Amino acid sequence: MLSDWQFIAIFVVLAPIFPAAPVILNYVLGPKKPNPIKQETYECGIETIGSSWIQFKVQYYIYALVFVVFDIEAVFLFPIAAAYGQLGLFAVMETVLFIFLLAVGLLYAWGRGVLEWV
Amino acid sequence: MEFLKSLVELTLFDYLRQVWGNAAWVEVVLDIIGVVVVSTFCLLVVVFLIWLERKVIARIQDRIGPNRVGGKYGLLQTVADVLKLLSKESFTPADADKPAYNAAPFLIVISALLMWAVLPFAPGVVGVDLNIGLFYILSVSSISVVSLLLAGWGSNNKYALLGAFRSVAQLVSYEVPMILSLVVPILLARSMSTQDIIGAQLVAPFMFVVPLSAIIFFISSLAETGRTPFDLLEAESEIVAGFHTEYSGMKFGMFFLAEFMSTLFMSGLFAVVYWGGWSLPILNMILSLFGVTPIDLSVIAFGRLIGLVVFFVKMFAVYFVYIWIRGTLPRVRVDQLLNFNWKFLVPLTLVLVLVVAVVDKLIPAEMGVLGRAAIHLMTNLLIGFGTIEVLRQSARRKRLLVEEVETAVSHHDDHGHGDHGHDDHGDHAMHGADVVAAH
Repeated sequence: MLSDWQFIAIFVVLAPIFPAAPVILNYVLGPKKPNPIKQETYECGIETIGSSWIQFKVQYYIYALVFVVFDIEAVFLFPIAAAYGQLGLFAVMETVLFIFLLAVGLLYAWGRGVLEWV
Repeated sequence: MEFLKSLVELTLFDYLRQVWGNAAWVEVVLDIIGVVVVSTFCLLVVVFLIWLERKVIARIQDRIGPNRVGGKYGLLQTVADVLKLLSKESFTPADADKPAYNAAPFLIVISALLMWAVLPFAPGVVGVDLNIGLFYILSVSSISVVSLLLAGWGSNNKYALLGAFRSVAQLVSYEVPMILSLVVPILLARSMSTQDIIGAQLVAPFMFVVPLSAIIFFISSLAETGRTPFDLLEAESEIVAGFHTEYSGMKFGMFFLAEFMSTLFMSGLFAVVYWGGWSLPILNMILSLFGVTPIDLSVIAFGRLIGLVVFFVKMFAVYFVYIWIRGTLPRVRVDQLLNFNWKFLVPLTLVLVLVVAVVDKLIPAEMGVLGRAAIHLMTNLLIGFGTIEVLRQSARRKRLLVEEVETAVSHHDDHGHGDHGHDDHGDHAMHGADVVAAH
């Protein structure tokens, strides 16, 4: 079991090398002639007005919030699905109830107009 | 761990184990070799993928595509492009948030690479066969969302920011139907391990058992990899290049690399989970027609080699469909994209998971594998055709409504209602989806 994760651990340690090698090679081979105009923010030739780090449309965050609910659902559904052969009737009913509750959550969000793109 | 273990019977790894003995460091060295082989394959295959994509897209659009560099077919075009990228200046914009800006390209390639650790290429030829394989894939692939947000936010560029927010909304949304549709094959295979899922498909690939789940997975994998028709995160005609507008040189190349790697990975995953990976049921069927006992590719000599070829054929066939779709479909709008997901795909997938779970318990144990598969196929088709029928009904209602409005409204106030009418025309499928889910 633990030896399975040894491969993943080594992979995680070694993985940064593969993107780093070409980027460093590029840094070594490429020209280095910075100037203020070149390093300006590129927005199709027009000078940037103000910072981009502003408060942004809340809609995007709401989708992320709804997503969190379903992501947690996956944490529960995956083990249930993997062990489905050993589940009794009670556990199956529990699962059905669980999915049903999530569906109600989705319908609630829908009814509140959270899923409307405005 | 068992990487490259016997393309024929005795493998390089077995040989190395014999030579070096069974000390702990030997396994570590073998793991390192495995990691290097997997990663090198991923990086090098992208060179071929980009060439393939350009060539196929060109053919679809009635062009020739790259045909100068490297002989008649332009085979070395991508190599030339990589060399050009290497010789470009790599700079950081003055206004950018430097740590975030520079970390993003690394993180996205790392997440695209790590996914390959559990993808089985052939019997026994897999980085490591984790017992939570699919779960691992989903968790690693969601790291890419973080790196896209880092890139967009760190660039301090309005287009990049728009691209980043779109990517978060899109990737995060489409992860839900993807996760839910993957519950179905896990439920049928009773395991999250990729090898076990292939093992459960030796008789019938899940494509022919739960086609609806496969289609949902395919659509959401298109969105997850940001490919047409869901390529809003880097829509050139709207937001320059989205989150990687500010990147140049090889840092830009890394985003490109990660995109192609994860697309190929998704086609590989689709081939594994729904088409049976390296297994070849048709071979067994033909053999059993002639009275030969079915064979398992994992036990016969050269089985690994056959399995490798079978898997690659399947993977690239799926990849070709990705390219085909890119050459065929236009881009959707952001509201269409999100509505299609939350008001159609997610409710449909919830229903599908529920039905498959209940039906699977109701099937008596003595039915046998083929009987189970047939019943699941029937329920899937029922849900599928039921959905299409409901969509058609609601689309017809909408159309009639629009026609009534158009005949009732005279020409002089056409403008005010024209918008409304246009909206309904463009959104038949979307509104249909609303109605389905509302039912």
